[in-house]
Amino acid sequence: MATNDVGGAGGGLSLSQQRQRAAFWFIAPMLAALFCVAAWPLMRTIWFSLTNTALSDLYGGEWIGFDNYLSLRVLDSGRWIWRGTLVDPAWWNAVWNTVRFAFVSVFFETILGLIVALVLNAEFKGRGLVRAAILIPWAIPTIVSAKMWAWMLNDQFGILNDIMLRLGLIDQKIAWTASVDTAMYAVLTVDIWKTTPFMALLILAGLQMVPRDIYEAAKLDGINPVKVFFKITLPLIRPALAVAIIFRMLDALRIFDLVYVLTPNSAATKTMSVISRENMIDFDKFAYGAAQSTLLFAIIALFVSLYIWLGKVDLSGEGQK
Amino acid sequence: MTGQKLLSTVGFYALVVVIVVFSVFPFYYAIVTSFTTGTDLFKINYLPRSFDWGNYATVLGGRNFVRSILNSIFIATTTVAFALFLAVTASYALARVRFRGRGILLMTILAVSMFPQIAVLAGLFELVRFLGIFNTPWAMILSYTIFTLPFTVWVLTTFMRDLPVEIEEAAIVDGATPWIIITKVFLPLLWPALVTTGLLAFIGAWNEFLFALTFTSSETTRTVPVAIGLLSGATQQEIPWGPIMAASVIVTVPLIFLVLIFQRKIVAGLTAGGVKG
Repeated sequence: MATNDVGGAGGGLSLSQQRQRAAFWFIAPMLAALFCVAAWPLMRTIWFSLTNTALSDLYGGEWIGFDNYLSLRVLDSGRWIWRGTLVDPAWWNAVWNTVRFAFVSVFFETILGLIVALVLNAEFKGRGLVRAAILIPWAIPTIVSAKMWAWMLNDQFGILNDIMLRLGLIDQKIAWTASVDTAMYAVLTVDIWKTTPFMALLILAGLQMVPRDIYEAAKLDGINPVKVFFKITLPLIRPALAVAIIFRMLDALRIFDLVYVLTPNSAATKTMSVISRENMIDFDKFAYGAAQSTLLFAIIALFVSLYIWLGKVDLSGEGQK
Repeated sequence: MTGQKLLSTVGFYALVVVIVVFSVFPFYYAIVTSFTTGTDLFKINYLPRSFDWGNYATVLGGRNFVRSILNSIFIATTTVAFALFLAVTASYALARVRFRGRGILLMTILAVSMFPQIAVLAGLFELVRFLGIFNTPWAMILSYTIFTLPFTVWVLTTFMRDLPVEIEEAAIVDGATPWIIITKVFLPLLWPALVTTGLLAFIGAWNEFLFALTFTSSETTRTVPVAIGLLSGATQQEIPWGPIMAASVIVTVPLIFLVLIFQRKIVAGLTAGGVKG
């Protein structure tokens, strides 16, 4: 196989060195930019989380150690009082909401995405049209889809209540986004509607790499299509599926915009990102919010390393060459 | 046997219809609503009943909505140009030059693109305030770099890795420097990839909400998603659904056209961004 290492193959040591020096100067500006917008702000966020900085006075914070996370005060009466986000019920509610949202939405997106991908992988008239149609939810900005669905889910004039009443699925109009019981379903529905296309396209790319003759052979042998799917297709697309799932999972864990616009101020759907921003910007508990966003970062970092370590997922794409 | 085959064909097309209706209906309904005004809005219409441009006039007439569109265009274009400029050279180095630590570097870039944006919000807020760009487009241009740059670098790297070695070898034999190779040899071949990546990054920047919400404080500096997200009526109870839908249609139609025109390229770009496993 050909390698990309032109310098080593074509020229002498000096050429390779020259290329490496050039490579350094090509990469340096990008790294500098990433340092400014990613690494530095992240470090500052973590630092803020260890202080009592206020939004109005960013440089007036004092070091208070881990008090934003957890602190213990023993009163004179001998009572122990724990404080900090780790004993904050609102935070744990947000953690639970986020985790539940992430798992349920990714689960359904995977199943539905798989179905849509299998449909698109079949040869039929109008396939291009279907592919164009499923790109529409993906192209619509999240905020716009949140508003569109908020209107469709409206309790008084929403079309979905009307459809379900006519079909006899519900017997009275439901305030989908406002009611505590249904707000999470509303968020999940919109997210699944919006991101299933992305999942389907990623899975479709995996499906198209499966050689067609395998199916022909299975067909000749008279093997049941369901069995073909579970025994042949699924194992072959597993790597593509794994990557798609991890991407969606990371995206779902940091969800902010949909929840913020579709179900504002609902405790039933408030996610980690929403509660962190609320504390940081709206409630003037800047450092406390910074601690919560640091925790979210830690959770996601842990999740990524676990996934890579356990699944041995080749994210860099180097192995496929 | 034929009966069974017919049944499965019907079932298949039924599934296709369900998929298409589910994908398209919400947008269709938004369009229908956007042409409905007054009390008609509170009757449920499955088919367009009236055709009234009133909501569009309301949206485009007032409340700085046109200004928001211009803000969004400026911010998204500048962000993408900046990201592409930095990404072309960097991805050349990452794709074509073998050096120690390349794998780790690529993983780091990928990790940054998966960053929860809330984790940098506090630090970026300080940076934005420090630079004095709070409530200006530059705050968004700076902060959007965190997701557009890793994405463009990543996708362009995968594209460049697939280009044949021979072209570059010929240029090296002719004594071309890496800079000449990028600008004279690779750039002409990369145009399709640049268009795709640029378009995807543009959509990402166009749709962004968290930073735009946090780093703007007046109506004139808002981007489109923030303007739509915070569009409200005279009172809290009275949500102007007609104008909201009109605004939604205005900002979505160009995106949908772009996406449909570049359909194939976008699918290729998305899968490269999502990484083939």
